[in-house]
Formats: sequence, C-alpha cells, structure tokens
Amino acid sequence: MSIGHTLLGLLESGPRHGYDLKRAFDEKFGHDRPLHYGQVYATMSRLLKNGLVEVDGVESGGGPERKRYAITDAGITDVGAWLAQPEKPEPYLQSTLYTKVVLALLTGRSAADLLDAQRSEHLRLMRVLTDRKRKGDLADQLICDHALFHLEADLRWLELTAARLGQLAEVVNP
Amino acid sequence: MTPAGSLLVAQDLHKTYGSTPALDGASFSVHPGEVVAVMGPSGSGKSTLLHCLAGIVTPDAGTITYGGREISAMSDAERSALRRTDFGFVFQFGQLVPELTCLENTALPLRLNGVRRKDAERTAREWLERLEIDGIAAQRPGEVSGGQGQRVAVARALVASPKVVFADEPTGALDSLNGERVMELLTESARSANTAVVLVTHEARVAAYSDRDIVVRDGRARDLEHAV
Repeated sequence: MSIGHTLLGLLESGPRHGYDLKRAFDEKFGHDRPLHYGQVYATMSRLLKNGLVEVDGVESGGGPERKRYAITDAGITDVGAWLAQPEKPEPYLQSTLYTKVVLALLTGRSAADLLDAQRSEHLRLMRVLTDRKRKGDLADQLICDHALFHLEADLRWLELTAARLGQLAEVVNP
Repeated sequence: MTPAGSLLVAQDLHKTYGSTPALDGASFSVHPGEVVAVMGPSGSGKSTLLHCLAGIVTPDAGTITYGGREISAMSDAERSALRRTDFGFVFQFGQLVPELTCLENTALPLRLNGVRRKDAERTAREWLERLEIDGIAAQRPGEVSGGQGQRVAVARALVASPKVVFADEPTGALDSLNGERVMELLTESARSANTAVVLVTHEARVAAYSDRDIVVRDGRARDLEHAV
C-alpha cells in the first residue's frame, strides 16, 4: 500500500496534524499494522518537499512544535491519478507450493500428504479470519473477506493439484 | 482422533452402490456441540457418509454408534424415531412443505413428536425470531426468497432441540452474502444449544465456520488435524 497516497487522501477532507493523520490511518487501514510516528513524519516531509502538501499552521506549546498539514492542488491531482490507476494484478506464477509438490514427487516423498497438510493450514487460518469477521465491524468483514477469497483460491488449486498428482508424477519422473 | 466422549462414532464404513464403492473404510466422530465439516471432491462419498451417519442409509459393513447405541442394530421404526427426536436436517434446497406456512413448516418436527399445535407454534415462532425471519411466519415457501427459505429450514432443523444437525450443502443454492448469514445463524444457534453439526460442503468458506474438518477421498475419511 502507498502510505504517501493514503495520507494525502486522508488530508483531502481538511488539514490535520501528523498525530491525527496517524490515528485516522490506524483506525481505517492499520488494523494489523499501525503506522510508526517516524513513518508519518518522514512521509510528510517527502510530500512537503514534492509540493503535494503545505504547512497550514504551527502550534508551539510546552512540547515540540506541531505542524498542521494541508493538501495542495498538486496533491489532490496526485491522489486522483493514484485512485484512477488500476492496481497490477498479482500474477501468482512463482508458487512455493508448486515447487514443494514437484520436489516431493522427485524425491519420492508423499505429495498428497504435503497437499493435505497445506490444506489444513489454510483452513485453520480461514477459521481464524471467519471468527474475526463474525465478531468485527464492516471494515473487519471486508478486510477478512479479501483474505478469505484468496485463501479459498489457494485451496481450490490444492484440490485440483491433488486430483492431478498422478499425471504430474508422470511428467516429473518420466 | 479419539472417539472418547463422542456423541456419534462411525468406524470402518463400507457402502457400495452396484459395482461402485461409495465408502471404502470411512471413520468419523463428532462430540456434543461440535461443528465438523465433511469435505471432499464431488463423488468422493461425503453425502453417503452423512446419510449413513443419520441412519438414512445402512452401510454394508462397519459400525455406527450414537450415544452408546449401535444404529445399524436398530429396527427401522427405532431409527425413524431417533431421526425425529435426536436429529435435525438441512438440505441444499430447503425441502419445505409447499402447502404449509413457514411457521407450520418450522413447527413440523414438534408436531410429529406429538407436541400440541399451540405449544409447537410458540416454540417455532421463537426460532423464526432468532433467525430474524419472524416477518414471514404466515407466508408459504413459494412466497419467500431462497435465503429466507433456507433460514426456515435451519429453524425447522433446530426446533425440536436435536443433539445432531446434519446439513448437506446448506448454502449450495444461495449467493455468498445469504450463504454466510445462514452459516452464521446455523453455527451460532447450534453452539448455544450444544447441538453437534455435521456439515457436508465442498466450499472452504463454508467449512471455515466449523471447529474441525475431515476430508473424504475415494470413500475414505481422513482427519485433517492428523493428516501428517
């Protein structure tokens, strides 16, 4: 995820301090991985340098100075361009699982057991996510669903590969 | 997997239809209040396993014990009585009685057990409320959506407080949103009533609502927790 574009997008609704930006980010997108303050300030200074945000005001109290950032017109254009640009789909062509299956067949180990163990591991994670989804809010549900659909796709591949093991063994060990 | 404390245990089941073996040494167990998914490719024997466990089909060989009693040794009448009192069923297409209202469909297992209409319908209404469909109590199955009909089927399966619910592809005819809600309601209701669920499905997302799953492949049931 582009943290810079996400922080810029959050600034579109109005100027905010770095701390508020971090809080808004964590609340909406950082369920598993909250931002470090260092990341926020490093990103903001880069955006500032590139003219995508500007300092809207500085508060100096007892502690360190607190800058309030506002998005510039160039920043708004940049967010728009990022949102309009489709994400490159993950090609999934370098599969560790495929490598393991072939190596199992080459070395005379049980590829079927390997696939079953992997299947069990995938389902275990799907259970955890389903439980989290059941107890969570809409944001949790959507994030977990995204992961669940990907895991389900992996499982379908595992199932298909299990059904084709005999065929694959002939190719791998001619 | 140890069958100790299990409610329903099947050991080394064999079943052949004509010359086709459907079960070839399948074993299975479920504990009270446990939700177990039975997975496997089409034709692997998972539905046959469910039908044997529920006493609908008699295996050619092997034993099925429910609460310490062997199902295969029971008479047809005893097995029917067991299905009425201790088991509940949900199928892919609700299989509701079209002439009865949703409330009457839900109350049916209680009525068949001799409960008076008024009492049966009061309990049935509570289940419809729990499944968030009390608004369709007076409608007939043909007048409600697929998702609503399937919730009626879930309510009907649970209304007589069974010890085991057998669900065969219960979300197979629903879109994902309705399917997920049905699974949520089925598993939550069953767990809170300490009812075991044997859930046949080929969908991983549905199986993820279970506590445990087994895979049936070529008529053999394999306990995934101990696969390797």
